[in-house]
Amino acid sequence: MSTGSLLLTMAACGLVTFLIRLSFIAGGRYLPSGPAFSLFLRYVPPAVLGALIAPEIFPNGVELAALPGNPRWWAMVVALGVAALSRSVLATIAAGMLALWLVQAWLV
Amino acid sequence: MSSARTEFFGGVRAELPLLLGVVPFGLIFGVLGLAAGLPGWAVVLSSSLVFGGSSQIVFAQLFGGGAPAPVIVTTVGVVNLRHALYSAAVATYLKALPWRWKLLLAYLLTDEAFAAAIGRLREGPATPARHWFLFGTGFTLWAGWQLSTLAGVLLGVAIPAGWSLDFSVALTFIALLVLGVHRRSDAWAALAAAATALLSLGLPHKLGLLLAAAVGVAVGLLLRRFDKVAA
Repeated sequence: MSTGSLLLTMAACGLVTFLIRLSFIAGGRYLPSGPAFSLFLRYVPPAVLGALIAPEIFPNGVELAALPGNPRWWAMVVALGVAALSRSVLATIAAGMLALWLVQAWLV
Repeated sequence: MSSARTEFFGGVRAELPLLLGVVPFGLIFGVLGLAAGLPGWAVVLSSSLVFGGSSQIVFAQLFGGGAPAPVIVTTVGVVNLRHALYSAAVATYLKALPWRWKLLLAYLLTDEAFAAAIGRLREGPATPARHWFLFGTGFTLWAGWQLSTLAGVLLGVAIPAGWSLDFSVALTFIALLVLGVHRRSDAWAALAAAATALLSLGLPHKLGLLLAAAVGVAVGLLLRRFDKVAA
């Protein structure tokens, strides 16, 4: 991507984000609302996050036989546990990175 | 005027503890943006142009993966779609304000600014200066985010690639996911999206991401009725 199109793409991302944030502040009357709409929005974050995480752990798809040799899988298991117990983003990142480094060193 | 100042600094004080989580995130984003292949100026600029942590990371990731511009813009929009909820929640309290205030506060409306201000807006006294509180939380977060991104870019040049630091993006997402899952149907939405993303890895232009998000939302909505039995 050239510098110009990178800049344009980024500006478009900024505009879309800004318009989403402005949506109801500017004109809630004309927008869909009610319980059905908030229910739909409720499931967007977990769905997007699940879709983003999976390919980071399994860049080539899942193969059960390859699981024990995938350090990112083990790091994810640790991160899930630490996140559930600590409720802290920082602790999760720290524990997950540590687990990744340890398993990588172990497997090499 | 002094009540505007009180509200503003009240917002600043409410936001400061949240910066503990935001500043490391900004540092990580600065480092990662570079690792994903974005030039340093673009990493810093995205913090003011887009101003949304997870969506900026997604932007860097998709850019590094060579995704076309329409896919990048759509995905960033989907990632930030939840902000429409915040917009709906604060709209009532900003109704009487002039347009310049609405535009400014919309630009500053992020997860952390909203989280720190909504309590004051909902439960505090309905004074004419209360929007200054939201401005205080939003501005504090904005300043912290700009500075930490810049510091991350400066740091990123010095960190060796062998540290697998790119993995901290996935870890950030894992933490946000776990913190956001309150019902079983939330977890099923995430699992269904994850499975779809893996099955559609072969789709061109990273379109699998959008497909997976749609499947996840659909599964969450379908399984919602079983939540009450579980709870």
